[in-house]
Amino acid sequence: MDKATVNNIAKLARIKVSEAETESLAGELTNIFDWIEQLSEVDTDNVEPMTSVTDMVMPAREDKVNDGADAERVLKNAPDLPANGQNFFTVPKVIE
Amino acid sequence: MTKDKKSLTNLTITEARDGLAKGDYSSVDLTEAHIKAIESGRDLNAFITETPELALERAKASDERRASGEAASGMDGIPIAVKDLFCTEDVQTTAGSHILGGFIPPYESTVTQNLRDAGAVMLGKTNMDEFAMGSANITSYHGEVKNPWELDDGKTRVPGGSSGGSAAAVSGHLAIAATGSDTGGSIRQPASFTGIVGMKPTYGRCSRWGMVAFASSLDQAGPMTRSVQDAAIMLQSMVSHDKKDSTSVDQPIPNFEAALTGDIKGLRVGIPAEYRLDGMPGEIETLWSQGIEWLKAAGAEPVEISLPHTKYALPTYYIVAPAEASSNLARYDGVRYGLRVEGDSLDEMYENTRGEGFGPEVRRRIMIGTYVLSAGYYDAYYVKAMKLRTLILQEFQKAFESVDVMLTPTAPSAAFALGEKMDNPVQMYLNDVFTVPASLAGLPAISVPAGLSDDGLPLGLHLITKPFDEETLFRVGGVLEEAADFTAQPSFLGGQS
Amino acid sequence: MSYLIEGETGDWEVVIGLEVHAQITSKAKLFSGAATEFGAEPNSQVSLVDAAMPGMLPVINELCIEQAVRTGLGLNAKINLHSVFERKNYFYPDLPQGYQISQFLEPIVGEGVVTLDMPEGPRDIGVERLHMEQDAGKSLHDQDPKCTYIDLNRSGVALMEIVSKPDLRSPAEAGEYVRKLRAIVRYLGTCDGNMEQGSLRCDANVSVRPVGETELRTRAEIKNINSVRFVMAAIEHEAERQIELYENGGEVVQETRLYDAIKNETRSMRSKEEAHDYRYFPDPDLLPIDLEQSFVDKIKASLPELPDATHQRFVDDLGLANDDAVTLVADKETADFFEAVASASEPKLAANWVLHELFAILNKDGLSIADSPVSSAALGKLVALIADDTISGRIAKDVFEVMVTDGGDPEQIVEDKGLKQITDTGEIEGMIDQLINDNPDQAQQYKDGNTKVAGWFVGQMMKASQGKANPQMVNDLLKKKLG
Repeated sequence: MDKATVNNIAKLARIKVSEAETESLAGELTNIFDWIEQLSEVDTDNVEPMTSVTDMVMPAREDKVNDGADAERVLKNAPDLPANGQNFFTVPKVIE
Repeated sequence: MTKDKKSLTNLTITEARDGLAKGDYSSVDLTEAHIKAIESGRDLNAFITETPELALERAKASDERRASGEAASGMDGIPIAVKDLFCTEDVQTTAGSHILGGFIPPYESTVTQNLRDAGAVMLGKTNMDEFAMGSANITSYHGEVKNPWELDDGKTRVPGGSSGGSAAAVSGHLAIAATGSDTGGSIRQPASFTGIVGMKPTYGRCSRWGMVAFASSLDQAGPMTRSVQDAAIMLQSMVSHDKKDSTSVDQPIPNFEAALTGDIKGLRVGIPAEYRLDGMPGEIETLWSQGIEWLKAAGAEPVEISLPHTKYALPTYYIVAPAEASSNLARYDGVRYGLRVEGDSLDEMYENTRGEGFGPEVRRRIMIGTYVLSAGYYDAYYVKAMKLRTLILQEFQKAFESVDVMLTPTAPSAAFALGEKMDNPVQMYLNDVFTVPASLAGLPAISVPAGLSDDGLPLGLHLITKPFDEETLFRVGGVLEEAADFTAQPSFLGGQS
Repeated sequence: MSYLIEGETGDWEVVIGLEVHAQITSKAKLFSGAATEFGAEPNSQVSLVDAAMPGMLPVINELCIEQAVRTGLGLNAKINLHSVFERKNYFYPDLPQGYQISQFLEPIVGEGVVTLDMPEGPRDIGVERLHMEQDAGKSLHDQDPKCTYIDLNRSGVALMEIVSKPDLRSPAEAGEYVRKLRAIVRYLGTCDGNMEQGSLRCDANVSVRPVGETELRTRAEIKNINSVRFVMAAIEHEAERQIELYENGGEVVQETRLYDAIKNETRSMRSKEEAHDYRYFPDPDLLPIDLEQSFVDKIKASLPELPDATHQRFVDDLGLANDDAVTLVADKETADFFEAVASASEPKLAANWVLHELFAILNKDGLSIADSPVSSAALGKLVALIADDTISGRIAKDVFEVMVTDGGDPEQIVEDKGLKQITDTGEIEGMIDQLINDNPDQAQQYKDGNTKVAGWFVGQMMKASQGKANPQMVNDLLKKKLG
């Protein structure tokens, strides 16, 4: 795994990594994937990928409104709320 | 009526339950003793957040319930510690991460709510590897946790991880018991390192609602205690069928404590050959053989079995868990809670927040997970791993057609010194080699303290059973515990000096 | 006649595939118990799950599964008994989880078909798939100079994404496809189809190719178009843009574009330009959806009549003209309104009245049929009065005008104003005799062979009777008396 790949993944994962870190991560990840590579020894051609460890039917909820009518509760931990007291989350201006 | 507060921190849940019932002491007495113990044990760094006032308030309420004859359960009035992975209403919950700094959940996780409903008294939130990623409790933003077990070499031992704070707190008598969470061994390995009992129930037994997610298909809460019976009592108050968690199972919940009959005659105990690793320390090998002998002596029948895909479990885990984590941790973006590090653009804000908010191990695992899911690699890694998972599960299912329980070591070594195994991530990952297979298959498993290493550090033995057969786990665990008669104490015990 | 665009180098064909996002009609969201109502206060319909608080978990709304299956059945599509929710991973502030729960490799509904009623005849358009997914929140860019505001009320609302095959060949077909799909989901009650409120939105994949070429060329995706008119306009402009590019030696790049209704053009969305890698994988917080065939059968048995079937019935059983039937079934409420009118009177006459008189006043005032000032029952009575010759069509228009402006029961209005048609032969004959007596010259002209003068007599008769004389009888009797 090279530095370009590391930078690419970091970008996808929205994680800032320094130049020095990119270098060491490339080494570490290469090391890890070399170790993971042993899985290719196993013939899995006729094996279904696991979907769930438990053999059960997915439960469902009724179509009922019983939650969510409390803006303060969801905004309670939010940074940089609007100064005007409106109930919005904020992010740096997005230009579309 | 004895009010010897020193001794109050030496009690098991079972003993404290009886003492409370008899009125030997109150929950407030127990709680105060443990608050003092926590203060005396701050050097262990076992807690991220202490909640003494809340604890006393709840202890008082417990005493009042008891006075009016309405004690809720065997856990009523028992002071416990809660891993900082469980969201607790109005009490900061960080999952050991900077990115959740200052996060005060307006809700209570189902597991801790169940414990609250049972009357348990929360002493505080324990330290842990960041987002439960680690096997030594060295990745926490809030600093590493020390193992209460020390040797004369002056080195600090790690408590294992990721539930290292909970393990240290229970081992060091700062709490009678604690909640842990186990994704690949995070309850069982630290239990082994600190000489306590750590139990992971069947996937789906404990609700994951309100538990900060690491790897959704693997995460499972469980008790960390000082006896097998305690684990049974505490688990009883943790499990529930929770409609808020789609993977929570609707299975009958037995009386776990009642399963500890001591009778394992005729039980078939599988000894998987593949767990005998090359280069495994002799002391582990010896303890394992000893365990087989103990169970045999109690009337069980050891059976050599083979689980050929065991060696692939760990690399499989290191695809599945990071893949899920990379997605589960995408919500930490600086928008709705926790840390925000400003940036000139939205993407810069994201990258700064997540770059500073996550520590190196979490960053590394997010990178692994992002990579294995990315275009062109998904089939080769993620799908491959999920196929391996199928094979591992099928292998266990087949083996359990002929055995009732499996016995293995919990970890390939005793607690190592802080600073060891830190330069190579793969070396660190190998700590979970014995615990990960059961995690991948969603099976219940327990680590029981069974002996000491040559140096004098605790070692655990590990039992695995069929899904939803926690009763057999406790029954065999109880026999193992009695045979091992593990009475050694760590060098530090809270409230004793 | 096929739609071709004339370029400098020859004729071009446009190839269109549509992805329609239809909000599933449900009280609560796809995975949480928060409300879905439109227009609520910011962040007042947001559960902890929708805000992706730590440890929060999704639980599927059973009605949404049912609605998706119902829609699939309405599209004559294959229902997949096994389907899987996956996570589509990307970062955006209106996506709190950092992933959208969607269906990818295994959607709940497979291939189906939508039949368009085009002027040149029916056209079958393939449906590739239908899957369920979560809607995102809303970003507000114009509230603050430095910040974008985020409202998560829509976050987690259940959507069906209905993907067509690239079978559409003109803006008109694309428009008709959206109209038809909208009609179907409204008949089914699975989506309210309200495009202004965003319950139905559309992405259009557009490419062009010279006539005769069979390979598909690179397409551009125009995102989030919220009216049928804009769908058509956006496609038309995008096709022209692409043709111009090719003809000037350029290439179309695969990209996301935005339709600007004010400037009437599409432009590239730079912010969405970077290469996406959504890293889909099955959501480990959920299990696969495994349906019983009996569940599907039960929904199938309860399906309402759909536009195509209603259309057929209107033509076959009620004897309506094909075009009239097409218009009437385009909207479930119109079809229902018409049926109520028809059942009280005579179908063909009812169709005429709904399509012409009623639509004229609705269009004039910009009203929907739900807001019609005249109820279907009242209109039915009015048409019945015409059908049984109580009043003439001309008088009926006057009565209708009164009903529109003042309301009231048509029978009562006719009674009060004495508008009942004169159908008494003796009375009409008397009036004709009088008229012939008073106008001997005109009568003579008729006798001399100028039959056109009969029209003048009819007019005079209607004037004399204040329009109440039965026109048919007047005609017949006039001919007899004059002849």
